[in-house]
Amino acid sequence: MADLKTNIGGLELRNPVMTASGTFGYGLEFEDFVDLSRLGGIVVKGTTLNPREGNPYPRMAETAGGMLNCVGLQNKGVDYFCEQIYPRVKDMDTNVVVNVSGSSVEDYAECARRIGELENIPAIELNISCPNVRQGGMAFGVTAAGAASVVKAVRQAYPKTLIVKLSPNVTDVTEIARAVEAEGADAVSLINTLMGMAIDAERRRKVLSIGTGGLSGPAVKPVALRMVYQVARAVKIPVVGLGGIMTATDAVEFLLAGASAVEIGTANFIDPSVTVKVVEGIEAYLDRHGFRSVKDIIGILD
Amino acid sequence: MKKQILDLRITRAEEVGAQCVLLKAKPVEGRLPVCCPGQFAQLRVDAPDVFLRRPISIHDVEGDEISFLVQMVGEGTQWLGALQAGDTLNAVLPLGHGFTVQTGNEVALLVGGGVGVAPLLYLGKQLKANGIRPVYLLGARTKELLLRLDAFREVGEVFVTTEDGSMGEKGFVTQHSVLGCNENGEMETLPARVMVYTCGPKPMMNAVARLARERNLPCEVSLENRMACGVGACLCCVEETADGHNRCVCTEGPVFDASELKI
Repeated sequence: MADLKTNIGGLELRNPVMTASGTFGYGLEFEDFVDLSRLGGIVVKGTTLNPREGNPYPRMAETAGGMLNCVGLQNKGVDYFCEQIYPRVKDMDTNVVVNVSGSSVEDYAECARRIGELENIPAIELNISCPNVRQGGMAFGVTAAGAASVVKAVRQAYPKTLIVKLSPNVTDVTEIARAVEAEGADAVSLINTLMGMAIDAERRRKVLSIGTGGLSGPAVKPVALRMVYQVARAVKIPVVGLGGIMTATDAVEFLLAGASAVEIGTANFIDPSVTVKVVEGIEAYLDRHGFRSVKDIIGILD
Repeated sequence: MKKQILDLRITRAEEVGAQCVLLKAKPVEGRLPVCCPGQFAQLRVDAPDVFLRRPISIHDVEGDEISFLVQMVGEGTQWLGALQAGDTLNAVLPLGHGFTVQTGNEVALLVGGGVGVAPLLYLGKQLKANGIRPVYLLGARTKELLLRLDAFREVGEVFVTTEDGSMGEKGFVTQHSVLGCNENGEMETLPARVMVYTCGPKPMMNAVARLARERNLPCEVSLENRMACGVGACLCCVEETADGHNRCVCTEGPVFDASELKI
């Protein structure tokens, strides 16, 4: 049996399979389907300093090989997380990572500081790449200077593992990755959703309430693989790969491209137990090809 | 109530009305979990151009047999409609917060429109089992779109409206004479205390909920917002409620007290 342990920026994972923010709730929603202790980690829903109602309905459109969403970071804020959710997730036998978002540098830093006080949250994923909020979110993640300013402030406020989630909606993702590495990020995760649009021809209307949304699902996987491959060669910090992973083979492809771990997102909607199947499938792949450790396949493309 | 991912085997697939199919199914292995009226299942569709599961309300449960009433509107539901006895169907169930089976009232009024009648069959059976007499008021555009009237008649008294007058009273459900009042504003046919349940097109549900509010009757509404995950993770299916908050239909609903909604 191959060793599945991996490491992202000081965070030890029992295996490289995590869940993507916004697709797995707080883990509690999936406890009937998945033994959470089998996962490397879960990244819980995007959390902001203040409560957010998100965007109006409709927020979702099914597309070829995927879906668009414009949820817009609906959440009850960091106080609610600390008081109501944390007690329910703190003893989960997996790494619980909080996805942190905001609309100003100060909000990001304060939210991160608050999460940093929670003993059993070993890492945050800084969301500078949400395409569905007008202020903040992706606005920070699409320029190197913007990304650097947020990461610099959060780095000062947050001492534990800091993963920065990158947007694919940029001309050169490696430039952003290098900028956040320079400001002290421990790891990067990519890709967040690709900005898209859906139109209802019969009714001659936009399908989503705000017109645009983030595309996820297998449709985005080739883009995600390419970006993970590029970033893994551009930075020294670990890369977490995500975007359209539906199977263990998809996950292995991300590892080969240079990801030290992966996140599974939209696939949870199709098969709520998919994460465990991916863990088992990676192990079977390593055994079948004679690798003793998952670390032996990370970024080994010629 | 533990949610399960379950392979079902279709025991019967039958065309119902013009665009609908009645699917009956049993677990391939094991037992069907306890399901409440108003809850739904996320059915997996293996058609090439369909990505997400389809949320379908639970139409009936008899022992380990569950049934779904599916209106074929798009590729996903057409794939479901093409299933035959013996085929397998993967379901995640039971999901959502269903109807309140409130004891204390003698009669319950169940108002359905189009394929929205689906969850009202199982609800009527559960009400009846709890000593409450279900009265159905079912509406459709034409008589061809009225679904499973015989099955509903086995559970309770059925009143019908069609918009074209091809069956029952002509007009909308809220115009049916069974809802008529005397000059004092008291309902003549139905008792003064009646619980109202409704599922169907949103304008119909809004009209039913308004009527219930005018007459001070408790009313529950089953929504069918577009969903992705079905388990409260993605927050795509939200409904903005009267208090101005976006609430998750797949977990806090699909059934809501009408007083909580913007109607």
